[in-house]
Amino acid sequence: MTEPRTLFEKVWSDHVVVEEPDRPAVLYIDLHLIHEVTSPQAFSGLRARGIGVRRPDRTIATMDHSTPTLPRDVALAGLDVLAKKQLDKLAANCEEFGIEVFPWGDQRNGIVHIIGPERGFTQPGQTIVCGDSHTSTHGAFGALAFGIGTSEVEHVLASQCLLQRRPKALEVRVDGTLMPGVTAKDIILGLCAKLGIGGATGHVIEYTGSAIRALDMEGRMTVCNMSIEAGARAGMVAPDETTFAYLEGRERVPKGAAWDEAVARWRTLPTDPGARYDKTVTLDASKLTPMITYGTNPGMGLGVTEPLPTPDDFDDPSERAAFEKALRYMDLEPGKPLLGHPIDVVFIGSCTNARITDLRAAAGIFAGRKVKPGVRAMIVPGSHEVKKQAQAEGLDAIFKAAGAEWREPGCSMCIAMNGDHLEPGQYAVSTSNRNFEGRQGKGGRTFLASPLTAAAAAVTGEVTDIRTLLMS
Amino acid sequence: MARFTKLTSHAVPLPAENVDTDQIIPARFLKVIDKSGLGDNLFCDWRYLADGSPNPDFVLNEPASEGAQILIAGDNFGCGSSREHAPWALTAWGLRALISTSFADIFKSNALKNGLLPVEVSDDVHRELMAAVQADRAAELSIDLEAQTLRCPGGEVVRFEIDPFAKHCLLNGIDQLGYILSFDAQITAHEQRHA
Repeated sequence: MTEPRTLFEKVWSDHVVVEEPDRPAVLYIDLHLIHEVTSPQAFSGLRARGIGVRRPDRTIATMDHSTPTLPRDVALAGLDVLAKKQLDKLAANCEEFGIEVFPWGDQRNGIVHIIGPERGFTQPGQTIVCGDSHTSTHGAFGALAFGIGTSEVEHVLASQCLLQRRPKALEVRVDGTLMPGVTAKDIILGLCAKLGIGGATGHVIEYTGSAIRALDMEGRMTVCNMSIEAGARAGMVAPDETTFAYLEGRERVPKGAAWDEAVARWRTLPTDPGARYDKTVTLDASKLTPMITYGTNPGMGLGVTEPLPTPDDFDDPSERAAFEKALRYMDLEPGKPLLGHPIDVVFIGSCTNARITDLRAAAGIFAGRKVKPGVRAMIVPGSHEVKKQAQAEGLDAIFKAAGAEWREPGCSMCIAMNGDHLEPGQYAVSTSNRNFEGRQGKGGRTFLASPLTAAAAAVTGEVTDIRTLLMS
Repeated sequence: MARFTKLTSHAVPLPAENVDTDQIIPARFLKVIDKSGLGDNLFCDWRYLADGSPNPDFVLNEPASEGAQILIAGDNFGCGSSREHAPWALTAWGLRALISTSFADIFKSNALKNGLLPVEVSDDVHRELMAAVQADRAAELSIDLEAQTLRCPGGEVVRFEIDPFAKHCLLNGIDQLGYILSFDAQITAHEQRHA
């Protein structure tokens, strides 16, 4: 009998090429996703060494971070010279090294962490990397997926391998049933608030429990996506029938007998009974309420009806200083509730929440309502595929009738390097993943929340408890 | 990669916790296709006022920070995105070592690949160091990577931990890709086993 193993251990050991004493493991990478921002220097490195890409067939490129979300013909005229150079560079690099690329405007294009699963590149049991910290998203399929730096992008291009120290395993068990108006985003914001922004550093999270099993794949992706916001490089969910049903028939998954074989293999991945994690944290889904962040990191969150903390709530002087600094930046008063706080912008999009179920949830709130005058509401689908699906369902018509902007796919205001950004001092409710100072634009202030809570804020013009709208 | 053996320098104190990579180098400066020129935008939104002039209240702009090669930062330095532009910006400004109670995983890995040494110390040592450097901005610290020691301004010597392979690479200026490529036969065998 072999020792019982966790999902993580199975995927990890299946990919170790070499492990010498006192050295990190050489880990094989099944799928390498690249984009325009973190890859050009890696290709330059290859050229300087005079070596090629080992497995262009395991490398997929998209353009998402610096692409504008206006229609391409409109945006092209005003496109930033540097952004254009970066996009052209990726196209040229992909051509030179024989890598499949989904360029800006292409019908297969979209945010890297949206198109991977959507086209079936992402599969259970794989190792997946990308020069982007939200690569953890793909862990929703039972893959070991994590973000890497540009030097490592070069390593993977050249060798299809990475040097990695084996991380620790953290089980996050989420049991219970979510109340109406409470979503996957609230689970992960609740976890970030519980662990703090560095709480899972050095760990890979495996999400377990009935509340995780009950989530659809898009909800699981939202949860895994923000694992990095608690410091974990990766988050994983064991594959199950929900996973297989999502994947079956997608463009790049095996077909016919190969599909049956793949599913049989994937069924061996879940953690064995009795396997041990280095640490376990639990969260009661039934006690969660709609969450929102008030501060300048994703761990600074609370239930939308709760009052903000006060400096006296922090024993540690440096934590107190960080809290006070965050409130100064956000221009908020300690001890007061965030509920009713006026907002200027609503951003529904990003690799966290720009999939079809996110847009359906938001459309349910916008339907028959209007965006509050003075508020700018931007809806940015995560890919052209999502956009097409939303339009087929008439969601775009609902958004437009409400007075919201229906944009082209891209990272948009999550990263604010593509023309979409907050103005100094503006408050936004965003479905993205980071509320760092200036993240959504210099001087901009971000409240992170679910698509439901964001849509509610768009129609009321203030931070709102979505449950009050669901009841009316 | 540049070698790192020993370093003696005065330090820049930045007590803030959870300094994220969006503060180290805001995303709008990531539209570059090479690694150079990022030093001017290091900590841009803290370092410059709205009119573009240097913010006199930010520590990097103090004359005493000039020439410093060590930054002492609060806990969980480098959290957030995977952008290697963060260590590129820090080294372009002139920094060679960072001291904190902890670093975010991806940032630490990126720093080590750029000859930028992340030194993790205990809360107590960190508190004393921060106070000593804030009290005397000319105070010098010495780092000896081979011995894994940090000499504080008061003369106290503390040991720090570092991954032995990362240490070996830094001491010898070894590039990790060469090491990975030396396993070409094993990589091919792995690919054949999993084909």
